[in-house]
Amino acid sequence: MDIFIQQLINGLVLGSIYALVALGYTMVYGILELINFAHGEVTMMGAMVALAVIGALMGVAPDLPGVVVVLGGVLIAVPVCMLLGFGIERLAYRPLRNAPRLAPLITAIGLSIVLQNVAMLIWGRQYIAFPPLLPKGQFEILGAHISVLQLFIVALSVTVMLGLWFTVQKTRLGRAMRATAQSREVAALMGVNVNSVIAATFIIGSALAALAGVMVSAYYGLAHYYMGFLLGLKAFSAAVLGGIGNIAGAMLGGLLLGVIEALGAGYIGDLSGGFLGSHYQDVFAFFILSLVLVFRPSGLLGERVASRA
Amino acid sequence: MPIVNYLRARPRLALVLVAVLLAALPFLVGAGLGKSWVRVLDFALLYVMLALGLNIVVGYAGLLDLGYVAFYALGAYLYAWLASPHFGLHLPFWAVLPLGALLAGVFGVLLGAPTLRLRGDYLAIVTLGFGEIIRIFMNNLNAPVNITNGPQGMNLIDPIALGGFALSKTHQIFGFSVSNAHLYYYLFLAFVLLVMFVALRLQDSRIGRAWAAIREDELAASAMGIDTRNVKLLAFAMGATFGGLAGGLFAAFQGFISPESFGLMESIMILCMIVLGGMGHIPGVILGAVLLTVLPEALRYVGDLQRAVLGHVAVDPADLRMLLFGCALILMMLYRPEGLWPSRQRKRELHAEDEVAAHESASLYDARG
Amino acid sequence: MALLEVDRVGKRFGGLAALDEVSLKVEQGEIYGLIGPNGAGKTTLFNCMTGLYGVSGGAVRLDGRAVHNRAPHEVVRQGFARTFQNIRLFPNMSALENVMVGRHVRSRAGVLGAVLRGARTRAEEAAIRQRAQELLHFVGLERKGRALAGHLAYGEQRRLEIARALATEPKLLALDEPVAGMNPSERRQMAEFFLKLRDSGVTLLLIEHDVKLVMGVCDRVAVLDYGRKIAEGTPDAVQRDPAVIAAYLGSET
Repeated sequence: MDIFIQQLINGLVLGSIYALVALGYTMVYGILELINFAHGEVTMMGAMVALAVIGALMGVAPDLPGVVVVLGGVLIAVPVCMLLGFGIERLAYRPLRNAPRLAPLITAIGLSIVLQNVAMLIWGRQYIAFPPLLPKGQFEILGAHISVLQLFIVALSVTVMLGLWFTVQKTRLGRAMRATAQSREVAALMGVNVNSVIAATFIIGSALAALAGVMVSAYYGLAHYYMGFLLGLKAFSAAVLGGIGNIAGAMLGGLLLGVIEALGAGYIGDLSGGFLGSHYQDVFAFFILSLVLVFRPSGLLGERVASRA
Repeated sequence: MPIVNYLRARPRLALVLVAVLLAALPFLVGAGLGKSWVRVLDFALLYVMLALGLNIVVGYAGLLDLGYVAFYALGAYLYAWLASPHFGLHLPFWAVLPLGALLAGVFGVLLGAPTLRLRGDYLAIVTLGFGEIIRIFMNNLNAPVNITNGPQGMNLIDPIALGGFALSKTHQIFGFSVSNAHLYYYLFLAFVLLVMFVALRLQDSRIGRAWAAIREDELAASAMGIDTRNVKLLAFAMGATFGGLAGGLFAAFQGFISPESFGLMESIMILCMIVLGGMGHIPGVILGAVLLTVLPEALRYVGDLQRAVLGHVAVDPADLRMLLFGCALILMMLYRPEGLWPSRQRKRELHAEDEVAAHESASLYDARG
Repeated sequence: MALLEVDRVGKRFGGLAALDEVSLKVEQGEIYGLIGPNGAGKTTLFNCMTGLYGVSGGAVRLDGRAVHNRAPHEVVRQGFARTFQNIRLFPNMSALENVMVGRHVRSRAGVLGAVLRGARTRAEEAAIRQRAQELLHFVGLERKGRALAGHLAYGEQRRLEIARALATEPKLLALDEPVAGMNPSERRQMAEFFLKLRDSGVTLLLIEHDVKLVMGVCDRVAVLDYGRKIAEGTPDAVQRDPAVIAAYLGSET
């Protein structure tokens, strides 16, 4: 039972990170019907930039408290990624907005490769360790452990998601975003500046991705130029699970996927009689993705996406 | 170009010249650039095969398959299982190659049947996931039962042998020393011609028209009586079959396979070849495949250049490869979506003689998800 | 027995009833018009009949065989072809190829046939090409065969779409607002063309906005309003129907 609760907690922590990344996919998809393949790489860039800043700060001011150093990293990484997201939309997607569907999909893949390789050229092929700067303590709940970092990740994710929810539901920008998602043409006729709404969507999504990138590297203690690929795929699966285009769905899907993955990895050995081990953890996301797409393509909370033809 | 016009007027002569050139190519390349380049040629032919296969899926039917390399892997692994010491089986290549193609085709159907009713970009993600799943299994199915030998991969795979004539050795023919790289060149060339022939015939048939119609407008295609799901599935399975075939040839040629050869970047590279060359146009696809196999090899000289200029290698040329591919994908889509060598029809769409052309340029090329 | 029998067909989108027990019968060899104000449910009914939508209730029968809730390609195979309100050609294929695609359902060559290209496949291919050329001639596009469909003029695209639909050998051809966006003289030409089509043996089902055209060429007319059939009969009778005048004619033009 404690293993179950422990995996549940681990899953929720991981899931809240997935949810943050999934939000970026879902918001862009909701407005442009485009899978922003490069989104996972923005997450990676967030982690890498933050780590670079953290490293530099530790060199310059070794006496700063660890939390302040990490905060410094985040404060640089988030705007850098926002700029990156803005640039991606501007240079690679906007010119193709009226092109056939395959075209932006291919540029998105190209972008993703470019970002990965740029990161590799800058930071090298090796894993980069996240320095032990954050407080260590842990609590015990129902026989399972939860660390301060885990608690913090969940708390911050929930806060950010609530903030996003508020933005989308209650502010002028949010209203414009929802209108644009319904119909770009009509929104434009009603005086919404569609281009800035789309840019804002990319910027917000990238900020969330940067946060998630720092969180995931702090959580695993590692960052790597390739980390965005798998994270991005899983987050996309989470977005589809929740119902792509649906913001609450991305949050739900992220949490669910995290839990399923953690529980699955914990029990797959028993379930398969020892034939499959926990290194198959990464398979779950794809499995769920395929199942959802086959049986309920609209996801848990979304509208119908499969075209009947 | 007077010489081109001269030959265009004499197709039979042109054909003979091309045949002679293709036959002599490995010797010319071997003598001019060195023996290692003959192997590069072999790989170029393998990639031509793969690109032609994927072109059926992406170029003809307009389905974005990002896990194509999984079918390549299936063909290669099946070859290794049935013709290597791993399981102690040594079946002849003429039995194993078709089986590998068949296995890949069956997997294509299994993957395509449930997912092809979805919109194009979902297919891209599902195929991407499928590619990763296959790779994860290849990496981990070495315990408790050793099926794939994990990350180490499998070696000592049987070479292709025709009767007693093994393609793995160097032979003396008419005083020429003919190495295994030369022999595989001719074998691969034969397969490339076969695949090309099949692709050309399909393109210009009832099935090819149905693919094009689906690519153009799936709803209209179904309203014209095309069973879109089956016809898409057919494209998917055909592409997978060719992938499996190329995989078997690869395993026999290398004598060694490991999961590393079948990563996502491989799928992307094959896609890149099609996009660069000209989606849906066979000569363009071949050009793309050859360019993208040969150019990275040429990149090696960038290392020498750096050493000469800077005194050391600042950027590993191998690291530049994917970066350049990525840039190529983006720039092609933005500035020349029809590819380097598009079909005449594609070109017409872009540079049409009549005045309506201007506003048509929004729909530059005709692939649709 | 009627060629097409629409039997109390209903269609709901969520809570909204787009069609409410609509019934009609189209007889062999006639031109049957379907009119109604915007949003009356004409295109919805069309989509229900041709397999693009499933029906929520009722049945559609062609020649006595059910075609509702079938995939679009099965409906075509039964002999029921259609065109689209906002023309849907294959814009980057030539006009001839567009029509050849229409022959898909009446030909058989598979992968093996295509690759081997034996005598039978070649004969079939030649027949497809010839039939497509005849159809282009029939709609007056015999000189545009090599042009890309997307480059044709608007009226030509309309006619090409009809040729493509005819290539499937339909017993019943349904045209969704075929003269939308045309000028009066083009409309007159199209009206003549419809009569020519009927005389060639094809039964026509016409959805139209242009009341004058419908009244001119149709043998019988049905009027939809708010998803229900409010009148049916000869053009003259329908024109005099007070319900129709109230719902439609009064508000149009």
